Amino acid sequence: MKTKSFNMVDFKHQKVLIFWALAITIYGVIFYYLPLCGWLMAFQNYKPVTGLLHSEFIGLGKFKLLFSDVTFLRVIRNTLAMGIINLAVTFIMAIVFAILLNEMASKGGKKVVQTISYLPHFLSWIIVTGILHDALSGTGIINTLIMHFGWASQPINFFAHEKYFWPIVAFANVWKETGWNAIIYLAAITSIDPSLYEAAAIDGAGRWAKIKNVTLPGIKPTIMILLLMNVGNVLNAGFEIQYLLGNGLVQNVSQTIDIYVLKWGISQGDYSIGTAAGIFKSVVSIVLIVIFNNIAKKHGEERLF
Amino acid sequence: MDQTSSTFVNMAGTATKRQEVKTLTKAKKRKKISGADLAFRICNGLFMIIFVVVTLYPVLNTLAVSLNDGTDALRGGIYLMPRVFTMKNYETVLAKDNLVTGAFITVARTIIGTLLALVTNAILAFIVSRKNFMFAKQVSLFWVITMYVNGGLIPTFLLFKSLGLTNSFAVYIIPGMISAFNMLVIRTYMRGIPDSLEESAQLDGAGYTTIFLKIISPLCKPVYATVALFVAVGQWNSWFDAMLYNRMASQYTTLQYELMKLLSSVSNQSSSAEAMKNAGEGSVTPTSVRAAATIVTMLPIICIYPFLQKYFVTGLTLGGVKE
Repeated sequence: MKTKSFNMVDFKHQKVLIFWALAITIYGVIFYYLPLCGWLMAFQNYKPVTGLLHSEFIGLGKFKLLFSDVTFLRVIRNTLAMGIINLAVTFIMAIVFAILLNEMASKGGKKVVQTISYLPHFLSWIIVTGILHDALSGTGIINTLIMHFGWASQPINFFAHEKYFWPIVAFANVWKETGWNAIIYLAAITSIDPSLYEAAAIDGAGRWAKIKNVTLPGIKPTIMILLLMNVGNVLNAGFEIQYLLGNGLVQNVSQTIDIYVLKWGISQGDYSIGTAAGIFKSVVSIVLIVIFNNIAKKHGEERLF
Repeated sequence: MDQTSSTFVNMAGTATKRQEVKTLTKAKKRKKISGADLAFRICNGLFMIIFVVVTLYPVLNTLAVSLNDGTDALRGGIYLMPRVFTMKNYETVLAKDNLVTGAFITVARTIIGTLLALVTNAILAFIVSRKNFMFAKQVSLFWVITMYVNGGLIPTFLLFKSLGLTNSFAVYIIPGMISAFNMLVIRTYMRGIPDSLEESAQLDGAGYTTIFLKIISPLCKPVYATVALFVAVGQWNSWFDAMLYNRMASQYTTLQYELMKLLSSVSNQSSSAEAMKNAGEGSVTPTSVRAAATIVTMLPIICIYPFLQKYFVTGLTLGGVKE
């Protein structure tokens, strides 16, 4: 009884909150939850004319088609490979950069370097790929250097060979995000108890020993949770740059799941197969997040939920 | 060494203790600035210089190309300084209707989109951070789920189409307005504000609207700035929505999308000889125009971001973590 009257009072008092919560929830239902109904398309022979309600159901037919498509299997490989390579290199670079920046003796220099390091994060992938095109073109800086040192007899056409594509994408990611990703590690390093460093110094620890035994363990929880978040996103990490840099000559290694969805779903108008590919990606991502979350839980590390 | 010196800034220790640490540090400094340590400093300094050069060179090179005569630039060999100075590339950019329209739309979407996103995310964060709000948990969960599950490209595309959002300006503003991440950042900040402020205002008869506008929001200025920055950068740099939803509506094109079209037109040119032939309009080439357009597009961000550093650093730490 007490609860009931309490709720009534609350309800009256919280009218404004409830109104806004309702309005925002309706917005959320429309823009975030309604598209999920579209997943039905993957199990249908969807035709825009007949619509979602009257299209013929075909069960898992589209998924079977998808996995018998060599292109799709290759696209999965590309997505995973680039996702993992990018994750590994950007991750390591950010940690290394944060630690080295922290070791810089000059406060002013540190500030300047850090400010510059954020810059690429604020540039769009359009600009970054444009810059890459320039740098890697026949007359660009990279080929100029290669020719100068005589590493090759003629300029390399970087965008015409499959073997260069993944490294270029990885480098671009490092270039764009190292400074930005390091922010969180630098914050973590700053919050390490300084007395630990003093104790280590008294024990005769040198710079490397301090990094290994104080800094790294100090930022381990941050590293773990970031790793966790990013592993779940491994399949989501491949669209803009691959789409912008890819071309016919390298499409075997450049196309990712998202590009496949765009190509089949939007350009070819096969909504069913595009949706099926999208569902595959979403499901794998969620499974990855849950798995890694549980691993983290077992090891007593911080986790997402 | 930095770490030790920052120690006594943080430490509320006694003066004697500070003195002790100081002498220790000094002794260490004198002893260790030699051999391995010096080598480390030099290597570290070199690493940082290389890092800065690699980061800045491409941007400065683009600037140099944008200020250089287009046909001359095709010969290559332009690094940090223009060889044949001209403002013609910028004049060409400013004379291109699609780029001017794109710039206008980009500015509009950045301002309107950021304002709306800020207001709605702040209201949502306010609601779910009220401890005694009866549905706080459910509403929070509802939004956290959206971080992990979404319909994907095709269903979203079809939905927007049926809602009449294709070929419209609204598609830039409405769909991504509220985001769980931004809401969580603001919520974390709001949770740090003492409850007593809200309680005493309530005793004075203030409703939730007044509490939100007059008490909580003024205290949330830093986190609002953070979220505004995140949203604004996203809006400014976005191109995919323009390509996907407004391909047919050139009046809603954006700067980034126009830049993308310039890029593909440049990379499709098979040889520089052909480009030279195409360079009909005086000494301007697609490459040099693109360089100028790139500079115009990145300039506002480059000018603003250094002054907002403290905001995004707070934001990243508040949101827990985000890449």
